[in-house]
Amino acid sequence: MMKRIVYREWRIPPARFWGILGILASVIGIGTLSFGYMEHQGHWVTGMNNAVVWGLPHVFAVFLVIAASGALNIASIGTVFRKPIYKPLGRLSGLLAVALLMGGLLILVTDLGRPERLIVAITSYNFSSIFAWNIFLYTGFMAIVIAYLWTMADRQGGPFNRPVGILALFWRLALTTGTGSIFGFLVAREAYSAAILGPMFVILSFAYGLAVFLLVLMFAFAEEGRVIGPKILRRLKNLLALFVAGALYFMLIYHLTNLYAAKHDDFESWLLLHGGIYTFAFWVGSILIGGLLPLWILYHPEKGKNCNWVAAAAALVIVGGLSTMYVVIIGSQAYPMPLFPGQTILESGFGDGVGGRAASYWPSIPELLLGLGGVAVGLLITAVGVRVLQFLPESLADDVVPVDEETLGEAAFAKPA
Amino acid sequence: MKDENRTNLEPVDRERRTFIGAAAGVGASMVAPGVILHAVEAAPRATSVSSDVRWGLAIDTAKCAEGCSACIDACDRENGLDLQTKPKPLSESKWDQQKAVWIRKVKLQDNQTGRITNLPMMCQHCEDPPCVDVCPTGASFKRADGIVMVDRHLCIGCRYCMMACPYKARSFIHEALEGQLTSVPRGKGCVESCNLCVDRRDYGEESTACADACAAEGHNAIVFGDLKDPESPISQLLKALPTRQIREDLELNTGVRYAGV
Repeated sequence: MMKRIVYREWRIPPARFWGILGILASVIGIGTLSFGYMEHQGHWVTGMNNAVVWGLPHVFAVFLVIAASGALNIASIGTVFRKPIYKPLGRLSGLLAVALLMGGLLILVTDLGRPERLIVAITSYNFSSIFAWNIFLYTGFMAIVIAYLWTMADRQGGPFNRPVGILALFWRLALTTGTGSIFGFLVAREAYSAAILGPMFVILSFAYGLAVFLLVLMFAFAEEGRVIGPKILRRLKNLLALFVAGALYFMLIYHLTNLYAAKHDDFESWLLLHGGIYTFAFWVGSILIGGLLPLWILYHPEKGKNCNWVAAAAALVIVGGLSTMYVVIIGSQAYPMPLFPGQTILESGFGDGVGGRAASYWPSIPELLLGLGGVAVGLLITAVGVRVLQFLPESLADDVVPVDEETLGEAAFAKPA
Repeated sequence: MKDENRTNLEPVDRERRTFIGAAAGVGASMVAPGVILHAVEAAPRATSVSSDVRWGLAIDTAKCAEGCSACIDACDRENGLDLQTKPKPLSESKWDQQKAVWIRKVKLQDNQTGRITNLPMMCQHCEDPPCVDVCPTGASFKRADGIVMVDRHLCIGCRYCMMACPYKARSFIHEALEGQLTSVPRGKGCVESCNLCVDRRDYGEESTACADACAAEGHNAIVFGDLKDPESPISQLLKALPTRQIREDLELNTGVRYAGV
């Protein structure tokens, strides 16, 4: 018998709540100061230059934007794919999607050369630019997800729940494909100009979004002593493992394709073997920390059942995700552009990769603080949201969560076929 | 309600009216010549740019001398890039990567044959410019006469055009600027690149600063002109010499062509 799901505000002690809020607000404040500093001085105080034009802020921003669309997955699985066990998580999923997107967009905007001209970006469009499309994809996403949350929370919205959910699902797929295409459609640089980057970003978003979702859910529940039952934990950790494996698969195909084409040999040998920090970030960050380690934890017969280990796996996926973004965004810019195939540049007045050397970039502290500020914005919105509105289910214990079709089939698995 | 003041209105002061009228007339007659003169002066720039021409450069790398930087110096002077100053705390090596460069010399060696080539690189003024495609606000644009440039009022400094440009032709202004040229307004936080000395085009001048400087050195490696006019020196040169576009594989139909690469 399915029990009615009860949602409750996040009722941790006020001192604790305001403490968390204070920490987040301080991080946001420091991020704001960093923005003011970079804006006042100009970008020379950052590590960015004319070769690596997008730096660490973009790493954080793109990570948050795709994690935002990925965080909505849980809601989609419940509503669109009709898996009742995910339904209690739908509200938090929607809230996180909006909050993370807000954080990511704020970083993007504050890293502009002329942030005060944001009004120009809102009033003057060039529709052949994927950036211009993204402005609509991002704002549309927020509007749709807010409507989606309303259909979940308000009785009157009930009938619209599935249609809005379906729209949100397609919208988020378009959004992440659009984000990947910012890079995928750049013919100039060797690491980009690959259509697979669009779908690859979608699968990366699944993994990053779910990892963030899991950590937020576990933290919020642990703080207040709410229960996450083994049944739902197993579903979520299996899903995370699947997404991580999928992300690894897409990365494998991307690099295999590059290796197959002789003209990309140099880039691949640089990235996979001789790229210094980028090679390290790829193998240790993306593959080991972000891929193999979490998979090992999640599929481990004992550790996979332990809440703390699952949380650790989710944290590793996030660290790996930031590494992947670092490689995809910065590594791809640092590798010299193939201006003169078959020739070596001996001298250049503009750092054109003399002797095939990569461009230099080292992130500055204000860039890091700006990125962390964006993360804090996302978390602050989430914290306030769950505190004042009924986003979190009261319990996710096994006897409370809705029955899933999986349990119906358990008898069938009891006997070998 | 009745307006009681209606009948108490003062009679119109005719003299005052005449005075104001006269003053307006005198004022107008003093300002008008300035306005008209200004309009006359602005005439060449008021006519819209025509697609009957397509400006471009032909570069004969055989004539480009090693160690010569005349084109770069001339470009820097023409566009006020020589006025850039390194922010004090910044290291020289980092400044080299951050300062604006519109034209640069590149020295190449063929991997197979060892042949050395020198050439100047700048914005290639593509017919299908990737920078224009990706610009979200339309700040990066192509004029009817083929010049690709940035509208500094629309540029928000997102740097997507720099990601998209296959020639690394664009620079972002990383620092605050002082003492600029009125003909080439620049500003912190915007992107810029070679615009084929666009203000010279608008005043109907013959050539670009780099081409003039190269000719003055006696090298004549850079020829500027109208690619659409079959009689222009540049068209004649392109007819006579085998030339190619850099990154021909991208089929951008560049306005800058190179011989001997």
